[in-house]
Amino acid sequence: MKRHLLSMHDLTPEDVVRVLDTAESFREVGTRVIKKVPALRGRTVVNLFYENSTRTRISFELAAKRLSADVINFTTSGSSVSKGESLKDTALTLQAMGADAVVIRHSSSGSPYQLTKWLQGSVLNAGDGTHEHPTQALLDLYTMREKLGRLEGLNVAIVGDVLHSRVARSLSFGLVKMGADVTLIGPPTLIPPDAPAWGVHVSSDIDAVLPKLDVCYMLRVQRERQRQQFFPSVREYARLFGLTRERVDALPEGCVIMHPGPMNRGVEIDSDVADLPQAVIEEQVTNGIAVRMSLLYLLLGGSGPDQLEAAGPNDEATRGADDV
Amino acid sequence: MSEASAKLLFRGARVIDPAGERDTPADLLVSGGRIAAIGDGAEAGDADIVECDGLVLTPGLVDLHTHLREPGREDKETIESGSRAAAAGGFTAISAMANTDPVADNAAVIREVQALAARAGLCDVFPVGAITRRLEGEDLAELGEMVEAGVRIFSDDGNCVPNARVLRYALRYATAFDDVVIAEHCEDPSLVEGGQMHEGYNSYSLGLAGRPREAEEVALARDLAIARMTGGRLHVCHVSSAGSIDLIRRAKDEGLRVSAEVTPHHLVFTDDDLVTYDTNLKVNPPLRTSDDRDALRAGLADGTIDVIATDHAPHAVEEKEAEFDRSPPGTIGLETALAAVLTHLVEPGLLPLSRAIDALSSAPARILGATDHGGPLEVGDPANLVVFDPAARWTAEAPFVSKSRNSAFLGASLTGRVVHTCFRGELVVADGKAQR
Ligand SMILES: [Zn+2]
Repeated sequence: MKRHLLSMHDLTPEDVVRVLDTAESFREVGTRVIKKVPALRGRTVVNLFYENSTRTRISFELAAKRLSADVINFTTSGSSVSKGESLKDTALTLQAMGADAVVIRHSSSGSPYQLTKWLQGSVLNAGDGTHEHPTQALLDLYTMREKLGRLEGLNVAIVGDVLHSRVARSLSFGLVKMGADVTLIGPPTLIPPDAPAWGVHVSSDIDAVLPKLDVCYMLRVQRERQRQQFFPSVREYARLFGLTRERVDALPEGCVIMHPGPMNRGVEIDSDVADLPQAVIEEQVTNGIAVRMSLLYLLLGGSGPDQLEAAGPNDEATRGADDV
Repeated sequence: MSEASAKLLFRGARVIDPAGERDTPADLLVSGGRIAAIGDGAEAGDADIVECDGLVLTPGLVDLHTHLREPGREDKETIESGSRAAAAGGFTAISAMANTDPVADNAAVIREVQALAARAGLCDVFPVGAITRRLEGEDLAELGEMVEAGVRIFSDDGNCVPNARVLRYALRYATAFDDVVIAEHCEDPSLVEGGQMHEGYNSYSLGLAGRPREAEEVALARDLAIARMTGGRLHVCHVSSAGSIDLIRRAKDEGLRVSAEVTPHHLVFTDDDLVTYDTNLKVNPPLRTSDDRDALRAGLADGTIDVIATDHAPHAVEEKEAEFDRSPPGTIGLETALAAVLTHLVEPGLLPLSRAIDALSSAPARILGATDHGGPLEVGDPANLVVFDPAARWTAEAPFVSKSRNSAFLGASLTGRVVHTCFRGELVVADGKAQR
């Protein structure tokens, strides 16, 4: 594998399988009483979050801690970042602190690429602007493989604001890479006109697509897009593209419903639909920790899940400097 | 200024003078700041001899589109540092855009720029006047007063004039003065809001908001219609799209008074080059696809596009090292323009050398009304000349002569290098080195 994970394009299909297989063995660690292995003892992982995302940050934090890494959370509020320090200055500071991996979330597309110019450690993209969110895509692939037993040949619809969705971008690239059949559904204003060049299908008619699906993946819609005239009203959006109870009935048996969260209940997904057993939204969250453990482990030089014995309570790694 | 009165004999150069339809080996004698003889009668006498074996001598280059940042952002560039960069790139005349702080929208700022340029004395600087006050697109600036101060080109560059009525009156009002040019940055603002790069496959994949080529074409079609209705003289800045070439070609066939320019970076790079989010390639208008680039090359070769202009846009390092969407658009270009054109157009046979010189010197001098520049080279004319080695290989590297280093060509290996720049008879650059 490459040193960084900036985009799904950085991974070969073999890499993806390796990440998912390794996650499989790390998942078990989360069920132990002491949820910790010494795999990254003495290594430092920095969570550099320029954008609020408690969910993703905590997921990475737990993943790093379960591998016994030292974790530093570097968020914008109250740090030098909010005082106007540049991305480069921050990167040089982290470099000086000896960060082995930097997990970056940023509202600007491409900022993880820029970070790699100034850091020797690994850079993990935890969501950059409207570009990509590869770890989310990998946890989604993990969940699909877990629920449906395979990725190749799956019929997956990704529904909603694909244009502004980093999740949709990473997931599309990942699914196509793994041989799945992807259909992007949404108002034409929110689907990139060039998307067919990604190797996906495009449709504006969700009802025509539902009956053949193995996975129906709903994206979060932002009301902000209505103000920008991408669609006329939230009400009309919900009616044309929302996953209602009736639409769920049109899905084949065994079809899985997914959502990257947080949900707008009643807009892209009806409230009771989100709570159906075929909606695996919470499992996506659980799997996220194992997948991120796998990625940190593999990117920081682990060769395979061979040293997974639990760390004892007196292990110094468990007393490491964590939140700073 | 002792050199200005010295005698120089450029010996054995290939002299290319598109305006004078000359492309021959010849000696050229400079005396008292002027051309004293070309070919016959160019004797060494007491002149200093400048050996030009294997080198090309042409009229000094002329840039229609330079941002000098002074007054206002002297940390990025000053009139002096920009003039020095121009000389290093073989330019003897440049046209300084009006989007300074304060804006060059009145005769006082124009005179200040002229005075600073004269003090630097490294090339002629022709200030561009703003079309509208403070570049706000609302009220016409005092065009007549600026014409009296010597302005020939007006532009709100950086912005398109968004209001068609205002543009109508600017083009119409300008017909009161001889050969005054309204230069437009053609881009419909409502179609590019928030855009970071060319809209297309790459912008969608990279997650960067797009600036569609149609934004340029819509504005250009409007501007051409207004040029037709007013009889005004329109110059189209930094054309970037294939569709624009078609529009300009038809307008010229129809006999409209229109001219157009293209930048070296639009002739070389495409949006494929942005996949690493290199902010030095973030420019406005954005780099487009290879189809557009090829159409620009063809349009330049067949004369639809008259001029190669640098759109030299210096920015501070920390601004260009910022996140892509927070970094300002623009690349410096004075020092690499000639080599970029030689490397990517002339050497591969896409553009005859004499047409390249025409587009870099004679044609812009004509549009600018800069009669001391661009040839034809005649005895008695001010000696504004450049001598370059068409075969020299070099790598564009910081530091540049410009105060900035945000070059789209940073790290590129280029063919063709300026050896001497002669401004009004003085070697301001000799053997590739600035003389002061
Ligand atoms: Zn412009």
